[in-house]
Amino acid sequence: MSLEDLYREVILDHYRSPRNKGHLEDPDARAEGVNPLCGDELTIELNFEDDMVSEVAIDGQGCSISQSSASMMTEAIKGKTRAEIETLTQQFRDMMSLDGEAEIELDPDRPGAVLGDLESLQGVRKYPVRIKCASLGWNVLLEALGEDE
Amino acid sequence: MTDLSHLKADFPVLANGVHFLDSGASSQKPIPVLEAMDRFARTSYANVHRGAYKLSVASTDAYEAARERVAGFIGATDPREVVFTRGATTALNTVAFGWGLEHLGPGDRILSTEIEHHANLVPWQMVAKRTGATLDHIPMTDDFRLDLAAYEDKLGPDVKIVAVTGMSNVLGILPPIRFISDLAHRHGARVVVDAAQLVPHSSVDVEALGADFIAFSSHKMLGPTGIGVLWGRMEALEETEPFEGGGEMISDVTLHDATWAEIPHRFEAGTPPIIEAVGLHAAVDYLESIGMDQVLAHDLELTEIALDRLSDVPGLQIQGPTNLEDRGGVISMSMDGVHAHDLATILDEGGVAVRSGHHCAKPLMRRLGVAATARASFYVYNTEEDIDALIGGLRKAGDLFGVGS
Repeated sequence: MSLEDLYREVILDHYRSPRNKGHLEDPDARAEGVNPLCGDELTIELNFEDDMVSEVAIDGQGCSISQSSASMMTEAIKGKTRAEIETLTQQFRDMMSLDGEAEIELDPDRPGAVLGDLESLQGVRKYPVRIKCASLGWNVLLEALGEDE
Repeated sequence: MTDLSHLKADFPVLANGVHFLDSGASSQKPIPVLEAMDRFARTSYANVHRGAYKLSVASTDAYEAARERVAGFIGATDPREVVFTRGATTALNTVAFGWGLEHLGPGDRILSTEIEHHANLVPWQMVAKRTGATLDHIPMTDDFRLDLAAYEDKLGPDVKIVAVTGMSNVLGILPPIRFISDLAHRHGARVVVDAAQLVPHSSVDVEALGADFIAFSSHKMLGPTGIGVLWGRMEALEETEPFEGGGEMISDVTLHDATWAEIPHRFEAGTPPIIEAVGLHAAVDYLESIGMDQVLAHDLELTEIALDRLSDVPGLQIQGPTNLEDRGGVISMSMDGVHAHDLATILDEGGVAVRSGHHCAKPLMRRLGVAATARASFYVYNTEEDIDALIGGLRKAGDLFGVGS
């Protein structure tokens, strides 16, 4: 595992140009979270159409891993139902807890492949202290989803 | 150049080649400290101030010898002015709660600083809430120094205590404690100094320093964790109530009341860190065998080299003064477009250990306009090779993130 595997170009791209950055006017759900260890901050705002996330916005500051993970997450959850997002969250967590060098197949067309760019974050699991960074967005997302229920 | 490179072999942790640049958080321990603790635990250990048996007497003697050694190290004329605590944080809380709750009330002001470590800020916030006193802060100037003109303006008869760092753990600066103390005393205020970074890295004489209380930790000065020191001027300690009750700190106890033991024992409730005191004693011996002036000179030589070479790293900013005036060997850095945690991860891959984050000084981070910095701090075992590795890692980070391209 080299630094180039951790800091893949797609991660740096999301870090430099976060997708869905900003705020929603009067969102249906909103949550914010911090990683007290390193001070990473993230706010998530969601709008729903029925059970589906129709709009998402994030704002925050922090390291490349926390901010890129959140940015990729917004792309992955947009247009997804709660149930689909739950599956997605589980897949992300599974990816972060995989043992050893085994890499997830980076084939977006394989059955159940919904993580997309997020799969580039799998290098993070070799850096245990950084897993918290990668998970920040997901934890805040769960809080926002819970708030709307 | 103050060549201390021979010392590296005394630190077993460094044998694996790590470029350890996080002594500001905690220092490594040399073999003489480890051996002194081991020898004492194997041959002379028992609880102190309790037993009539020989072993307890030997243990008590070793514990009190450590107190005398520390007193001598910081220029305290009376060893009773040295209180052993769990660390600098407990020492500062002893002042905040033991002195503050007794002497502060509505209408009084506590004067801390904008650059303070949480350990000399949060206890005062807690005590301010309990007593109704207000908390005010000496601001930082744009060249990273305490604003002494603002300090003079803020002083007044309602200021009862000034809580200030002896050396910033982020900026590396050494505030003029003598000047600050003299001015505070003219207004009848006490002065407590967070000396956690100061004492390990420079020659400190508490009489010359002029403060009323100073606090520091053993683990930042080559000694073990679990022990620190509150030094207080005798008259200031006499104004201080014990902050913890229990064994060892009493003179007499009835079911409803107790009287306190003599100073310093009244501030040392419970079984103290005895083996750790022996370790701290050995750490002081080790530091004095080098000479504290040499320690500071060595830190500053490395700081000068590092500051010079860091100025060539693309996108790098120093969060603190870039001259050597009134400072110690701490350098905080940020890099455009690269977060401190990414810097630390990349440096770690090159075997360089630096601290990243807010350094327990969040108000200062806000003042600096950064969320986090990466911090390199130097000590006796560091060499120019450690700086080479630091610079190499920073350049690698810049390349990975495309800084300046």
